[in-house]
Amino acid sequence: MNPAPQRTLVIGFGNPGRLDDGLGPAAAAALEADPPAGVTVESDYQLTVEDAHAVAGHDVTVFVDADAAGPEPFGWSRVAPRTATGFSSHGVEPADVVGLARDLFGSRAGAYLLGIRGYRFDGFGETLSPPARRNLDAAVAFLRHALESRVFPDATDGAAALTETGG
Amino acid sequence: MSTKQTLKRVVIDPVTRVEGHGKVSLLLDDKNVVRQARMHIVEFRGFERFILGRPYWEVPVTVQRLCGICPVSHHLAAAKAMDLIVGADTLPPTAEKMRRLMHYGQMLQSHALHFFHLVSPDLLFGFDADPAIRNVIGVARKFPDLAVQGVMLRKYGQEIIKATAGKKIHGTGAIPGGINKNLSVAERDAFLKDVDRMMDWSRGALKVAKDYTVEHLETLAPFGSFDSNHLSLIREDGAMDLYHGNLRAINAGGDTIFDQVDYQDYTDYIAEEVRPWSYMKFPFIKSLGPENGWYRVGPLARVNTCDFIDTPEAEAARQEFMALTGNKPNNITMAYHWARMIELLHSMEKIVALLNDPDLQGTDLVAKGDRREEAVGLIEAPRGTLFHHYKVNADDQVVMCNLIVSTTNNNEPMNRAVAGVARDYLSGNEVTEPLLNHIEVAIRAYDPCLSCATHAMGRMPLVVELFGADGALLDRRVKE
Repeated sequence: MNPAPQRTLVIGFGNPGRLDDGLGPAAAAALEADPPAGVTVESDYQLTVEDAHAVAGHDVTVFVDADAAGPEPFGWSRVAPRTATGFSSHGVEPADVVGLARDLFGSRAGAYLLGIRGYRFDGFGETLSPPARRNLDAAVAFLRHALESRVFPDATDGAAALTETGG
Repeated sequence: MSTKQTLKRVVIDPVTRVEGHGKVSLLLDDKNVVRQARMHIVEFRGFERFILGRPYWEVPVTVQRLCGICPVSHHLAAAKAMDLIVGADTLPPTAEKMRRLMHYGQMLQSHALHFFHLVSPDLLFGFDADPAIRNVIGVARKFPDLAVQGVMLRKYGQEIIKATAGKKIHGTGAIPGGINKNLSVAERDAFLKDVDRMMDWSRGALKVAKDYTVEHLETLAPFGSFDSNHLSLIREDGAMDLYHGNLRAINAGGDTIFDQVDYQDYTDYIAEEVRPWSYMKFPFIKSLGPENGWYRVGPLARVNTCDFIDTPEAEAARQEFMALTGNKPNNITMAYHWARMIELLHSMEKIVALLNDPDLQGTDLVAKGDRREEAVGLIEAPRGTLFHHYKVNADDQVVMCNLIVSTTNNNEPMNRAVAGVARDYLSGNEVTEPLLNHIEVAIRAYDPCLSCATHAMGRMPLVVELFGADGALLDRRVKE
């Protein structure tokens, strides 16, 4: 466990028009309604290279994304900077952004990934599937607790985290 | 020639470092000569149905869900169509200029991202360089200033979008008949503070693209190149206009096919061919038919079709560009990058002019007129001409939607570019790393947005498949 820093950035990303792909922005919207102190909330369709600049301007960043195959209701892990090959502007991953923040702006900020398990991605629609909605609620509760208590685990799956936080 | 030779199909999926993901299949004969190249697009075809039944005023917001890469282009094209639905044939100056500022911001950030982070590794390290170095991280390490400039130009464009359109994921700036806000003096001054730096970096990017093209012309000129028609919007006086105008099409030699066509009548001039192997249609100029009527769109086409550019530095750059081909259309595929950087500089010049225009602080934001049932909105998106066509019933619901996105307009040219490069660089009967690299370089010239698919974790594997003549899968490799 590490004490939480002062400036925290939460980026929820995904396409709200693509069913459960909208889990990241939905989490951002839920937090944005009542953001914890010292927390900046952003949302976007996808991560892009300029997010590296924003990451470098904070002490810690939490990326929130839909996860097509991860643990239920969510997974949480530390993000290490990556020197990626095959870097694309469409599929920029959190590790790539953190790597760019380090390489371009000298950032040493911490980063975590909250992957919320989703189930339906192959169509258009602005609603989350019912199980994804339940996973979202659990993930947001966990994230809010972490942001408010300023304590971030290095890694956990959602079920264990909820037990720890009493969620 | 008999088609019953021994054929092998090599499938490359997806193409990396293009936006979205796609798949390339090469059909070989028993002499390992490429007989056919097909670029498959992973594209959902449901959006035009998804939009049906929605009230027209929601459309400029909803269409942004089409694509996480270019939501602003869809936002503006839909808004332009809905202007006509509400009878707003002419917008108040503040509304049109705010939209133009939004659009030039989009052009700036999109072109900057493409050039600095997708293309510059190819140009700075060479097509054949080790992919472990030939990427944006390699650029960041060897040319850190250039990499930072790319990020900051992109960020500047995104900030302009935020100031004009609203939130990144839910832009609501353009509304039917106008805009929902002006630009405050504080916002204007914040942008003006950085314009000199952004202009310098835009000039620098143009120089890199131009110098590279000129220095490597012998290699680049034949690379995936072919004669083609070109199509774009054009202003009434023949100037490049990325936001609004009429349609102009020219052939490879520069002769006019049609000119100053009102895009409300586009269906009289453009048709879409369906081919059984692709979800994506193949647009063509009706008068020339599908065989000869395909065309290119985007930066190369726009620089070729216009008579001049109405900003001084971009116009000087255009003249240099056109001089390379004796003031005839440039049909070199790799010249897209140079043309794209001319547009980057043009967009920045336009941004500076707009920021100094007091109309942006005006308060007359919306126009109205007599309601219509059908309208078309066109815009020159970063990747090319974008068509939005709607019908709206008396209950204000959308009852018909047809979209021709920029990448669809470039469908046939991209297939031809891939085929040409594959013929030139295929050696033996395997997909070598150099072949893959060269195919990717050819596709990237078009800056395609291949998919509006979801990107969620675990859903973007790289798959390489090899099929025999009988269709059996011979080999398959997956790279996560």
